[in-house]
Amino acid sequence: MLDTDNLLQVTGLRKHYGAVVALEHANLGVRPGEIHALLGANGAGKSTLVKMLTGVIRPDSGTIAVRGREVRLTDPAASQRAGLGAVFQDPALAPDLTLAENLRLTRADPAAVRRWLDELGLQALDPGEIIADLPLPTLRIIELARALARQPDLLILDEITAALPSDLAESVFRVMRQWREAGRSVLFISHRLGEVRAICDRATVLRDGRDVGTLLLAEGGEERIVELMLGASRSEMQPAAARHADARQTEPLFRCSKLRVTGRLHDVSFEVRPGEILGVAALEGQGQDALFDCVAGVIRPDGGEMRLGNTPLALRRPADAIRAGIVLVPADRVMALLPQRSVRENIVLPFFGRLRRWGRVTQRWESQTVAGPIARLAIDTRAQRQVRRLSGGNQQKVSVARWLATGFRVLLCFDPTRGIDVGTKRQIYALLRELADQGAAILLYTSELAEVHLVCDRVLVLYEGQVVREMKGAVADEAALLRAAHGLTAEEAAV
Amino acid sequence: MKALQLPVASGSVARRRWLRRNAWPALVYVLLAVIVLAQRIAHPNYGAFEIQSAVIGAMPFTLATLGQTCAVLAGGIDLAVGTELALFNVIAATLMANAGFGESLLIGLLVLVMGFVVGALTGAVINVTGVPDIIVTLATSFVFAGVALLIMPIAGSGGAPTEFGTLFTGELSDVWPWTGAVGSVIPAGLLSLAFALLVIWLPFRRSRASLALYALGSNRTAAFLSGVSVNRTRILAYGLTGTFAALGGLALTGTTGSGDPNIGISYTLNSVAAVVLGGVSLTGGRGGMAGPIAAAFSLYGLLILLQFLGISVDYQYVVQGVTLVIVVLFLGRLWIGKR
Repeated sequence: MLDTDNLLQVTGLRKHYGAVVALEHANLGVRPGEIHALLGANGAGKSTLVKMLTGVIRPDSGTIAVRGREVRLTDPAASQRAGLGAVFQDPALAPDLTLAENLRLTRADPAAVRRWLDELGLQALDPGEIIADLPLPTLRIIELARALARQPDLLILDEITAALPSDLAESVFRVMRQWREAGRSVLFISHRLGEVRAICDRATVLRDGRDVGTLLLAEGGEERIVELMLGASRSEMQPAAARHADARQTEPLFRCSKLRVTGRLHDVSFEVRPGEILGVAALEGQGQDALFDCVAGVIRPDGGEMRLGNTPLALRRPADAIRAGIVLVPADRVMALLPQRSVRENIVLPFFGRLRRWGRVTQRWESQTVAGPIARLAIDTRAQRQVRRLSGGNQQKVSVARWLATGFRVLLCFDPTRGIDVGTKRQIYALLRELADQGAAILLYTSELAEVHLVCDRVLVLYEGQVVREMKGAVADEAALLRAAHGLTAEEAAV
Repeated sequence: MKALQLPVASGSVARRRWLRRNAWPALVYVLLAVIVLAQRIAHPNYGAFEIQSAVIGAMPFTLATLGQTCAVLAGGIDLAVGTELALFNVIAATLMANAGFGESLLIGLLVLVMGFVVGALTGAVINVTGVPDIIVTLATSFVFAGVALLIMPIAGSGGAPTEFGTLFTGELSDVWPWTGAVGSVIPAGLLSLAFALLVIWLPFRRSRASLALYALGSNRTAAFLSGVSVNRTRILAYGLTGTFAALGGLALTGTTGSGDPNIGISYTLNSVAAVVLGGVSLTGGRGGMAGPIAAAFSLYGLLILLQFLGISVDYQYVVQGVTLVIVVLFLGRLWIGKR
């Protein structure tokens, strides 16, 4: 594993945020003259590792060595001095400055940047343009050109192709190969396994904050990568309840057709029946946020139609959706709740929006309204005076409880079990099933692919804003979902 | 690919782009011209004296606005700019009470340095505590007001040499006799504005540090990832704010020939109004000095116009506020989606 000839040697990097483990023990070796892929599922620790290499955050322990010499990367400038050049996932160009000013700000050589821009196909780009006026793909290319102009030994590209049309992605790959031929190295982070296979020499896979394997891509192929990303830790949970695999032949309660949000969601159509839990599986940033925002009335779609029963829906704001009976339990519990207020106030909050009750809010009315949901969800109310003191699982229950109190027809759950312990997870899954059995239609996005088949009747896989697969819940095991979510077709995966 | 093809800037493209990006400040100058024209119509004997008094009256406020612009461009705000100006007015008037002209210039320089240091300290406090700018500067505004009262409990004490006063209240020909007839109709008060722009702002604007300031206000993460030192840049921005506030304090000392610890409070919020009216984005990163200068003169000129028209003081503020809202709305409409 330890190779003294490595250009970059990362050893035992570790980062904890309180009780949350971002990175446990990560090793990574990049040789001179290779394109090395860094892979891992959501939350495996990729972005934490990249942030350490670029000097954005500092590790708790572990070392980073470049050309055999240990370096301390205290800020982005230190990382550049060490010979690492990065194109970040977050844009690193000041939006209100012109391109020329941005180059001057970062002490980049305009002539060298110009040469790389020409090479990458942006000959016509005018340095007097203000960054905010340029399209996103152009910005990624500018950042790449700026990084290349510094002649780093190791080029770090974090999801650079995610925002690029295929022709620009091709020029990026061409430049990467050129870079390799010049004896320099690239660390390539991408969700697209097809790209990784086409261009990278070796790949290191992270899982749960550890490196679980480095393999030569020529021999390994996707199967091995997917295996490594999955690991042996199959879910030990049992299905929450008997599944109604064959959706009852009822009329769909909610349907949308050709839903479109420019640049994020392309012609997504599906329907949910009462009593059905429809899963949505996707890697990060594949349009699931836009989909849920549309259905919950947070944003207006640029095209397409949504119907509840036979009524077309024109949702202008979340209040419209709630009035129609479509309610959202968002991933960020702090976003949904009033953290300083009591459990009781949080549960009765939606009533005020409806103005269903005029006049004074009595303690008694509040108590009566909240007692049912609290008992039903077994919310631990010992810390009920302030919701922020509840555990994550109990907070999540409160955000479900408020909709139990008001009533709903379609429940949207966006990653409701993120960061929640197994016991509470099971309770939440059981609750979802129970709500479905009572006639609700449920749309559930979860980032925990291993649990999809435990709770969903059907599942849609989103990739780059499109539905690329639809599966029965029973067959949607983690491996199948992961393949589909990486944009691999069934045929490709079978090879 | 098509979306990425951008025209190479030829002469006419560059000119049109300059106009597009500077349309707002240009329109504020139109507004200023309209106000001055209206003053001419409203006042039967409008002439050099009226122009002179307008410049004298508007100058401290205009300099406070320059200071506010620095803080806002860097993504902050300085609610202490007014009391800071009063503090340096009091300090300058106390130090200059029995000074000769030469000494008073040295004292003036010292006050500017103090202004930079006090401003930089404000920035450092924001950096170290992580408390938002608006709260830290609200707190320092009380501190400055209190210190000003400690230094000068009674308004109107202190003083400044006559020659120093002439720098702000005379005509250009009083300061530089060689300017002759032309200089005799140009208010010398404009010299302090010229000093602020030519000696402080423009040299700074040519430096890389000014790019860091704009970048910080534009997007803090992007600035950090670009290698900008967020802390150092913020200290510099507030240091400049303090320097301009101190220059405003000197202008006030020169025009009134005394100190007044209570004078600056109204400048603070008016300076925010002038910054907004001047086309500077309150979220930072966008705008320049030309717009806020015209906006400061416009806001002050509007009050004078209302006086000429014999409208009572109570209505003046109402009119001023309504004008601000209407103009910002109007310009904002023009501005949407454009630069």
